[in-house]
Amino acid sequence: MIGLTHYLVVAAILFALGVLGLIANRKNLIVMLMSVELILLAVNLNFVAFSAYLHDLVGQVFAMFVLTVAAGEAAIGLAILVIYFRGRGTIAVDDVNRMKG
Amino acid sequence: MIQAIAFYLFAAIVIVSAALTITSRNPVHAVLWLILAFFNAAGLMVLVGAEFIAMLLVIVYVGAVAVLFLFVVMMLNVDFAELRAGFVRYAAIGLAFAVALVSEAVMALWGYSAGAIELARRTAPTPDKVPNIQAIGDLLYTRYLFVFEAAGLVLLVAMIGAIVLTHRERGGTRPQNIARQIARRPQDATRNTQPVVGGGIEL
Repeated sequence: MIGLTHYLVVAAILFALGVLGLIANRKNLIVMLMSVELILLAVNLNFVAFSAYLHDLVGQVFAMFVLTVAAGEAAIGLAILVIYFRGRGTIAVDDVNRMKG
Repeated sequence: MIQAIAFYLFAAIVIVSAALTITSRNPVHAVLWLILAFFNAAGLMVLVGAEFIAMLLVIVYVGAVAVLFLFVVMMLNVDFAELRAGFVRYAAIGLAFAVALVSEAVMALWGYSAGAIELARRTAPTPDKVPNIQAIGDLLYTRYLFVFEAAGLVLLVAMIGAIVLTHRERGGTRPQNIARQIARRPQDATRNTQPVVGGGIEL
């Protein structure tokens, strides 16, 4: 039977794939943002799995808030990407050194 | 039995499509794999009875976020082959990170299922014989009302921020000036003259 552990393993693999994508696509900002979405999806999967197997609804409510923040993050991230591309003509992350941070 | 088959199907597809998302050469294909991953994650959530979050995932992620990604990828004229330089080198480091993460998570899972971690008291027990959506709505509009409105505020700030960031005034265009149009009166715009025959009109 499918238990909580199965879900947690799937979410852990999904999270690790997101981190791998974040590191491996170090130059491509778009794929990095997609990897962040994968990570948040893994987190949501964890929330929902715990919520379902512990019979506590708060996990699903909180997953909704994670979804909200993820949507806002994607919108702002892509807006920054668009203005960055407008100014520089590239989206390579290595070139982001204008502020000398 | 059917639940197990569905779980393994959804889980396998979600992991494979996530792997293809981060490795595909064409970013449009990456977005499409991402959409497949979201759909199957929604399937996984339906399996445990969280229909509301699953439908929200399909609507918000597939309907809004993925389409936003698709728009941006197709709008920007980027040479993506150049951006893939060093992928293999970074992937080796990233693989080490990912393996470490997964092994840590699996160890934590062992600890969780072997030890005696039990929640003493449920914060909001799932009610019996109430649909998932109704139960979440009861909770969301009573106890978590202010948090819910704060989430709306987050979305509002994100929307305003995205508009402020990407909006630009274009020079060289002549947009309609409605106030000036309305303020224009006949005596300012026309004039009566009585020209002499053959004399013409001064403009």
